[in-house]
Amino acid sequence: MSVTVNGKPFDDQPAPGQCLRTFLRQLGHFGVKKGCDAGDCGACTVYLDGEPVHSCLVPAFRAEGREVTTIEGLAQGGALHPMQQAFLDAQGYQCGFCTAGMIMTAAALNQEQKADLGRALKGNLCRCTGYRAVEDAIAGRRDTEDARPGRGVGHNVPAPAGPDVVTGRARFTLDVAIDGLHHIKLLRSPHAHARIRAIDKSAALAVPGVVAVLTHEDAPATLYSSARHETRDTDPDDTRVLDDVMRFIGQRVAAVVATSEAAAEEGCRKLVVDYEILPAVFDPETAMQPGAPRLHDKGPQARIANASRNLVAEMHGATGDVAQGFTAADAIHEGTYFVPRVQHAHLETLCAIAWIDESGRLNVRSSTQVPFLTRLELAHVFGLDRDKVRVFCERVGGGFGAKQEMLTEDIAALAALKTGKPVKLEFTREEQFVGATTRHPMKVTVKIGARRDGALTAIEMHVVSNTGAYGNHGMPVLEHACSEAVSVYRCPNKKIDGYAVYTNTVAAGAFRGYGLPQTGFAVESAIDEVARMIGMDALEFRRCNVVRKGEPMIGLHEAPDDVIYGSYGLDQCLDLVQAALMRGDGDEAPPGWSVGEGTALTMIDTVPPGGHYSDTYIWLEADGTYNMTIGTAEFGNGTSTVHRQIAASVLNASPLAIAFTQSDTDHGGHDTGAYGSTGTVVAGRATQRAAEALRDKLLDFAATQSGVDRAQCKLAGDAVDCGGKTIALGELFRIAEAFVVDLSAHGTTNGIPRSVAFNVHGFRVAVNTTTGEVKIIKSVQAADAGTVINPMQCRAQIEGGVAQALGAAMFEEVVVDTEGRVTNPSFRHYRIPAFADVPHTEVLFARTSDELGPFGAKSMSESPYNPVAPALANAIRAATGVRFYRLPLKPDRIHAGITAAG
Amino acid sequence: MDLNTITAVERPTSREALRVWRDGDAFLAGGTWLFSEPQPKLTRLIDLSTLNWEPLRATGNGLEIAATCTIAQLDGFAAPPGWIAAPLIGQCCRAFLASFKIWNVATVGGNIVMSLPAGPMISLTCALDGELLIWGPDGRERRVAVVDFVKGPVSNDLKSGEIVRAIHLPLAALTRRTAFRQISLQSHGRSGALLIGTRDAGGAFMLTVTASTPKPYQFRFDALPGADELTARTDTTIANNWFDDIHGLPAWRRAMTLQFAREILAELGGGAA
Repeated sequence: MSVTVNGKPFDDQPAPGQCLRTFLRQLGHFGVKKGCDAGDCGACTVYLDGEPVHSCLVPAFRAEGREVTTIEGLAQGGALHPMQQAFLDAQGYQCGFCTAGMIMTAAALNQEQKADLGRALKGNLCRCTGYRAVEDAIAGRRDTEDARPGRGVGHNVPAPAGPDVVTGRARFTLDVAIDGLHHIKLLRSPHAHARIRAIDKSAALAVPGVVAVLTHEDAPATLYSSARHETRDTDPDDTRVLDDVMRFIGQRVAAVVATSEAAAEEGCRKLVVDYEILPAVFDPETAMQPGAPRLHDKGPQARIANASRNLVAEMHGATGDVAQGFTAADAIHEGTYFVPRVQHAHLETLCAIAWIDESGRLNVRSSTQVPFLTRLELAHVFGLDRDKVRVFCERVGGGFGAKQEMLTEDIAALAALKTGKPVKLEFTREEQFVGATTRHPMKVTVKIGARRDGALTAIEMHVVSNTGAYGNHGMPVLEHACSEAVSVYRCPNKKIDGYAVYTNTVAAGAFRGYGLPQTGFAVESAIDEVARMIGMDALEFRRCNVVRKGEPMIGLHEAPDDVIYGSYGLDQCLDLVQAALMRGDGDEAPPGWSVGEGTALTMIDTVPPGGHYSDTYIWLEADGTYNMTIGTAEFGNGTSTVHRQIAASVLNASPLAIAFTQSDTDHGGHDTGAYGSTGTVVAGRATQRAAEALRDKLLDFAATQSGVDRAQCKLAGDAVDCGGKTIALGELFRIAEAFVVDLSAHGTTNGIPRSVAFNVHGFRVAVNTTTGEVKIIKSVQAADAGTVINPMQCRAQIEGGVAQALGAAMFEEVVVDTEGRVTNPSFRHYRIPAFADVPHTEVLFARTSDELGPFGAKSMSESPYNPVAPALANAIRAATGVRFYRLPLKPDRIHAGITAAG
Repeated sequence: MDLNTITAVERPTSREALRVWRDGDAFLAGGTWLFSEPQPKLTRLIDLSTLNWEPLRATGNGLEIAATCTIAQLDGFAAPPGWIAAPLIGQCCRAFLASFKIWNVATVGGNIVMSLPAGPMISLTCALDGELLIWGPDGRERRVAVVDFVKGPVSNDLKSGEIVRAIHLPLAALTRRTAFRQISLQSHGRSGALLIGTRDAGGAFMLTVTASTPKPYQFRFDALPGADELTARTDTTIANNWFDDIHGLPAWRRAMTLQFAREILAELGGGAA
């Protein structure tokens, strides 16, 4: 078949049922992405004879004799297409995985479509940005600044990967052509709880192209957790690469390795598995009862708190006497709140490529937030020396916590080790819902008492977290959930009980906010109710009761000693949101709709507990520029921009003069990983220290060479100014080389101690009480981010967090039926916010500077998500008079609530 | 997505060449549903696009829409001035969950044959008294009203080997006044209720209920009914057969349906909503 792609003729025959998307990638056009493979997300948008189409839905054979344009062919000659330039100027992307499809679509819009972007972009999903930056790009607004020496910290420096992202050249995990690549497909369990009696592989092995079928008989006996933490005993050892017990519908039964995906799929269909069905339990409170089906028959070495009662973790804490506190209260609110499962919905599905190199070393190229920790665990599980394992990533297409797990690398490693072939495993979008992880659903009963004068007298909270079939992140998520949501309030009497429970459902895992969105929804809703009961404005009530700088932070326990107030901006955040709501701007409410305002706050520790490590190596290059290796991964969080800015500020250089590579265990050192909001505050600190050490070396050497007093020497762009005499950095490099002087440096950090960051959100909503529809007419978030290193990026990070949280607040829910099956495993039925669903959010920053973070910065990646759902529920409460105890707040449920309330 | 069990594609150019149907076959129109889900039972695709059917033909009898007419082609249709029902076409096209890029490929026939409750081409063609022309594998033809064709979610009157050739909208329906209401749980989301009212020059009123029910319902009145009469008949006839899935609770769908019925009646001249 002949087809023209980007003006170049190709002659190749697609498979009869092949779609255009995979055919174009097969021809080397890796800019064409897979987000859903079902026509919902638009990441694969190309032009067919000039018309934009979703190439995953177009049969490849229909391209015969036609012209296809991909993102790689959009630029004409040397110049970018104006829309590509616009996305660069506005930085209309974060991870960049959806960007090719977004630009292809935007570039095809006519004026009428551009006037209604909500409709025109409904077929393009972005999980990172919240779409404001996309809107800026299409409107031709410029948000980036030119890079220049002296414009480091505090400036809107553009992301280094921008030119590659907008042209489709940025290499995500699977955007590489590897000779002889084999494909893995997973057979997944149809039963919620079953023991495998036997697997007949013969028919599968007879499928042409199938080279191996791997089952529990091939997998190491070593137990581990898919969760990755700095200390591996944070999580229970309850998982095998392939197990002989199935504990949820969707658990992997076997892996088929074949020369093509088609053969691997056929091999899976040909496997015959004999299951012994076991009783299953789906409700966590039932699962805790004596006599409930037991999921894990494992001893204390597995570190499961109480395996016979399906408790992966249990925790209790108290201060004062809550009974006395409630007696002293003038008003008490008690309510049971439920926060369901949601999925991260990063656009790049989980995927990995593994191979054994000439030296016999296992290499894994993965879509991960934690390459270093994954290497350590692969070495542990497969009994390899850690030097025999390399894990790395280039650009990662979104994470949100989902990639703080080892869910593909273990299988890929097993397949590579068993077959000796290079192998690829790529999750389908459906597998993301049935076989990856979700947020922990939690049922939270909270009881709060206060005196009429506004003083809290008691807080009691009972949390049941459903960790699913495996305990990855079960304990630390619960611990976090039982901490900051309560410890942000000063109250003499507190009692907290928490349980994380196994059930025969898809495993929960790390998710942006890490437990705080769940308990925050309950506590902030209850605070709002108590304020109403005592007749006090909810913000004023919070102001009366929040911890102030220096006061103990008491949740489950008194905050660990390493959490300090490196800075405190909560008071400013409360004031900023109040002032913004009082301003009365925003959209008009539609006539006849009820209007209400609501707020909520959140506090977050800036770094996970127990140490968080990072290393940066930096050196001077022969041409007088700098180069560095940084451990932390880039998945749209913008940290690579920040690292460049930090180094540029320290070295007084242009950010463009600082090259870097990242997230590769071969670079040496250690990096705990890009999780827990650490990419700037921990890893950035390592880069700052490395750059400072290099600066000192450069100045020392320049002083020696020039004979000028060290105090008179300073870095000035691409030279050192030694008391008016300049030495070009390239010249300095040559001199150093001649003298065998090393001009490189190393910086490291351990993430101890930690600070706290704050976010306050406010909404004004209009509710149509007839239909249950909600229109957000004003949205404002104030953030205490310390020094904002890149205002454009930090604002975008907050907007993206608000958008993702609005999805969870307004309509996202992974529905599990009574047999444990996920019933909506696609973007068509699990809707994530599209352009039209996300209002503009006014982003305001408190003026603080943290004593711990680099240049005074604090983390701002997870936390913008956390106050959104309760602020929305409180606004809807104000508009309708109805308190909603369960997320999401969809029109049909709001309608039901209003109807029930009469 | 790749449909890896497909081993062959037929690209017929004549009606005779269509008569090759066997188990494991699927007729391929736009492909926007077929390629959006795994189809492990299929082994062959029969491509309808090579038949080159004229997408739209306006005649003195009404509008003939080829099953393979794309949503974009239908949306671009310039109706004769007297066809005052024509704005419904744009309203129903905009009720798709799918984006304009899908419109370039997805077909009117495909949407009807999918027979999902929220299929807006079902809403459109039901409300305009649409009739399907169906070709059998034996060369026979039959006609069936769209409202009778759709039996329930992903269930219809099409028998093995049959295809929908065209949809006919009669002139009489195209010259009626219309009113349209639609709601979904998200902005531009999948319809939870989609109602269309029509009123002809003689005063006859018809209400078509889709999306909130597993299959379309139609209520005909020779003259405008009272609001209570309309909602009572709607509610009694549907008799709790409200559709229940993640795109809307049954109670909400019922309330929206009855509310929209009143609004439509009011808009077409039958008293206050």
